[in-house]
Amino acid sequence: MNVKVNILRYNPETDRKGHWEEYILEADPDERILDLLHKVKWFDDGSLAFRRSCAHGVCGSDAMVVNGENMLACQVLVKEVSTPIKIEPIRGLPVIKDLVVNMDSFFDSYKKVMPYLVNDDEPGERERLQSPEDRDRFEDTTKCILCAACTTSCPVFWTADTYVGPAAIVNAHRFVFDSRDNASKQRLEILKDVDGAFRCRTAFNCTSACPRGIQVTKAIEDVKRETLTIN
Amino acid sequence: MKVIKHSFDGVIVGAGGAGLRAAIEAAPHMKLAVITKLYPTRSHTGAAQGGMSAALANVEEDNWNWHAFDTVKGSDYLADQPAVDILCKEAIDSVVELEHWGLPFSRLENGKIAQRRFGGHTVKEGEAPAFRACYAADRTGHMILQTLYQKCVSMGVTFFDEFQVLDIKIDDGVCKGVIAYEIATGDIHIFEARAVTFATGGFGKIYKVSSNAHSLTGDGPGILYQKGIPLEDMEFYQFHPTGIYRLGILLSEAARGEGGILRNKDGERFMERYAPSIKDLAPRDMVSRAIATEISEGNGAGPNNDFVYLDLTHLGAETIKQKLPDITDFVRTYVKIEPINEPIPVQPTAHYAMGGIPTDVNARVLSDVTGTVLPGVYSAGESACVSVHGANRLGTNSLLDIVVFGKRAGQSMVDYVSSTKPMALSDNAAEDLTNKIENLMEKDHSLEFSVPRIREELQDTMEENAKIFRSEESLEKQTKILSDLRDRYQNVTISDKGKVFNTELLEAIELEYLLDMSDTTVASALHRKESRGAHSRVDHVERDDKNWLKHSFAFKNGDSVKLEYKDVELGNYEPKERKY
Repeated sequence: MNVKVNILRYNPETDRKGHWEEYILEADPDERILDLLHKVKWFDDGSLAFRRSCAHGVCGSDAMVVNGENMLACQVLVKEVSTPIKIEPIRGLPVIKDLVVNMDSFFDSYKKVMPYLVNDDEPGERERLQSPEDRDRFEDTTKCILCAACTTSCPVFWTADTYVGPAAIVNAHRFVFDSRDNASKQRLEILKDVDGAFRCRTAFNCTSACPRGIQVTKAIEDVKRETLTIN
Repeated sequence: MKVIKHSFDGVIVGAGGAGLRAAIEAAPHMKLAVITKLYPTRSHTGAAQGGMSAALANVEEDNWNWHAFDTVKGSDYLADQPAVDILCKEAIDSVVELEHWGLPFSRLENGKIAQRRFGGHTVKEGEAPAFRACYAADRTGHMILQTLYQKCVSMGVTFFDEFQVLDIKIDDGVCKGVIAYEIATGDIHIFEARAVTFATGGFGKIYKVSSNAHSLTGDGPGILYQKGIPLEDMEFYQFHPTGIYRLGILLSEAARGEGGILRNKDGERFMERYAPSIKDLAPRDMVSRAIATEISEGNGAGPNNDFVYLDLTHLGAETIKQKLPDITDFVRTYVKIEPINEPIPVQPTAHYAMGGIPTDVNARVLSDVTGTVLPGVYSAGESACVSVHGANRLGTNSLLDIVVFGKRAGQSMVDYVSSTKPMALSDNAAEDLTNKIENLMEKDHSLEFSVPRIREELQDTMEENAKIFRSEESLEKQTKILSDLRDRYQNVTISDKGKVFNTELLEAIELEYLLDMSDTTVASALHRKESRGAHSRVDHVERDDKNWLKHSFAFKNGDSVKLEYKDVELGNYEPKERKY
């Protein structure tokens, strides 16, 4: 079948602002959106820029806006979207070129919430014990691949880029609810801040955008509730 | 081109499991930079699924000697046994260490790390499948990558994200640093560093159907090969039995570890015929060969009889949800079938390079068959060949390899840096590379010499002539094709002449590494006149220990490949017939 694809192009070396380019591609309905981008890049215009690596939804490189919604280009098939297919970079982060955005502030927010296990107790020679029930409390948020689909779908983040955003809170959640961690209080103090979890207005965009099916809004609510317990 | 200079003691190229583990070891003791062409969390370690073996004995009696026996037998006796002992012995502390750093392993009711069965891992030297693979659902690699990155963040490790290393500077046989290309700006960066570790992963993109990420193009091995460093055991490339039909996306062996069964078009559990004792949990080389044989004998399913089924329907929805959530999601996403109710169409997929940059057990790169060390250069993980995997790697041993030998690479960097003085690089150290890039940019673009055309032909023909079964005829045919592709590559052109995010330029450079990897794979395979592990010659079907119990070293010799050989280091286990 022939598919019409519109891509929002921007080359900082030649363009003052972004513009739409249309491509007519021969495509199989079972192909991924990423395959369409490769067809453009490999057989039409080699300058098209986008990030990709694993091509099956686990590395988090290729989050983009397809027909208005955030998704991973490698995780959605041609037959699942309506045509013409409109592809844009994720919103709220500066565009470097075409579908590539500058992720620095996204990773800075992630690093702010102490995204690592803190436990200075002597662990002993073998593993620390953790019951399957305790392990389950943070199972959902361990799945995050830092693709930024959630954060860049958030209307609060669009208007206030100082907001740490859903992805950072998800990664805080992963440690706050880990029975082995001792720094919940410090993390929750950070998230009590004006740019922390309470900026969330429960729009649920993040939950629908998450390609890993993480209940992002619920995780943010869990963190908000936990924040209330620290004083 | 703008050239920027940095001065470090050590540089690690690649930020997957091996690179990050090396960084954790080295960072406290030197000025260290980790350079990655991706963001660290995009590395392909994150795609590993099933587990990481260690004889923790949490479920049943186990000890690391049995793990070592299985690894040696799985390797078809080509692994160096002293190295295998290190791998299996240090496995236990490595898993515990990752747990201490926060890795969220799945747990047993008693709170200990859960363990599952995996192909080729047995108790009591072959008696029955062993519960040895420590796992976190079916996203163990993701958890390892995240945990190691989190640890690096907590330590304040310096990263250069989306910088691609394209050259190493070795003067008078001593390492002085690397040259990198900054993807966002097109600037060139000279990194002075007297210790350099390559942890760049594999090169599955030499094949058409592969479980590997687009980024896996053999960069580290390619850079060193072009400098005259040999590549070891390149003929041994692993095809994972269960890739999603046509797409090659990996469906973990954990699916069979949890009880999944392979069936041919008649629904027959054909592995009973090929490996009567451990059946579907035979090592990957045997299962992939069995599938290829079923298909060639007309027992494949589908209109073209070209796939078999992975049947999970008897496992029950709860086991699938708890233990195999991600891979069953892949099936729903890409094949649109429900694996709880329907068997999954699968075929072998190019998965893992047993071969690579030769190293000793301390990750030091070797420059010849006599074991001469290249001072200051290290490699670990899939880019390296220690050799712990020999002719066929067992499932779960790669995640083990990256942490055990990643750590050793870091330690070796520390030892070397503390006993040597900083090396200076001149301001024109990047000249070779800038010339190469400028030449590529200046040529007028022509479709005939475009990267995708040459690469597609490379992948199609490697798939046809140098996959699971090989013969002198197919390999000679491929040698000629590679020579033609190399000629065309000399004229390769790109259309993007810009500086910002010019990934077409990088794909052109990566294509040269892919050609190097293919040349060495095919030449090594053509010379090895026996069948061992993943290397199956239809014209030399028997293993030949008398002549071939040795590692091959492929050297660049102009445009051709020169081969030399080195004896395998044996240990406790004498080579025996390999039956399961």
